[in-house]
Amino acid sequence: MSSTDHTGDLSAAHAGAAHAALPRLEHHFDSYEQQRETASLGMWLFIGQEMLFFGGLFTAYIIFRHLFPDAFAAASHHLDIRLGSFNTVVLIGSSLTMALAVRAAQLGRQKVCGWFLIATMVLGVTFLGVKAIEYHAKYVENHIPGVTQFHWEENFHGKQIPQNQARIFYGLYFAMTGLHALHMIVGIGILLWLLYWVRRGRFTPDNYNYVEGVGLYWHFVDIIWIFLFPLLYLIGRH
Amino acid sequence: MSAHISSVKLYIAIFLALMVGTALTVAAAFIDMGALNNVVAMGIAAIKATLVVLFFMHVRYSSRLTSMIVGAAVLFLALLFGLTLMDNFTRPADFVDHTLFDTPPASSTAVTGEH
Repeated sequence: MSSTDHTGDLSAAHAGAAHAALPRLEHHFDSYEQQRETASLGMWLFIGQEMLFFGGLFTAYIIFRHLFPDAFAAASHHLDIRLGSFNTVVLIGSSLTMALAVRAAQLGRQKVCGWFLIATMVLGVTFLGVKAIEYHAKYVENHIPGVTQFHWEENFHGKQIPQNQARIFYGLYFAMTGLHALHMIVGIGILLWLLYWVRRGRFTPDNYNYVEGVGLYWHFVDIIWIFLFPLLYLIGRH
Repeated sequence: MSAHISSVKLYIAIFLALMVGTALTVAAAFIDMGALNNVVAMGIAAIKATLVVLFFMHVRYSSRLTSMIVGAAVLFLALLFGLTLMDNFTRPADFVDHTLFDTPPASSTAVTGEH
């Protein structure tokens, strides 16, 4: 039995497009719909474990904020609420352009899809740039635990805030936003890879599963920020 | 059967709803509502996340199996939070050695928190 037997007419279809690296329909799927659902289901399983991955940090945050509410409020005050809000708008905007890129791929408009992917990347890089400005400010203030001699001298609403409690808030701030930023950097890398394929016209309205999958990942990273922003920047502002 | 394709109008409407949610979150943070501040902030964030999941991530138009995976992920996250915090919040007050954390501000030596 030759190896082509069980792939049947599909391999014949591919023969006409020998340069096409992405099969339109893998032989182990019955239909495009089944293939599409399988792809997004797998992506959702990955996102499920990512939720628990970040969940550990959120649990640590809740425990320590419960222990040291005043220190968390005081330390949160030192974050720049304007930069944080700006970044929230930028990231949600990048989710919009990502959603529109997926829509363009669904309609087979690959050029439009490519431009929306570029817009998404530009917004993603903008977010990281603002984050770098914020990190630098913290570096100058000696508010990065473990990097510089952590320094804290603060009264908050007449209460003395112990240095080690503020240190815990900033430890969590850098762990959470750092892990989030790492996901953004990976995301921009994947977007570049995706853009390469889009530019080569490898997706069709039947199989745009890579675009959908990257979209799911990008939106997930956006959702993490939707929770991080109020938890880190907005506590004890009143 | 091909996938559901949402209109550009819908995507922009969701984006605008997310912007309104962001503005409300920031505004609410400056009003003193006591413990309610947390409830409002997390409530708005949960609504925003739900909008992203349903429309940007197409779960509204996906199979029941996909919804089940999303639900299971949320359930396990709730277990992680719920069981950990149930333990942590019901311990005696002296469970935490506060001397590790209550150093005065700007002390000359760093306390690592190790025993």
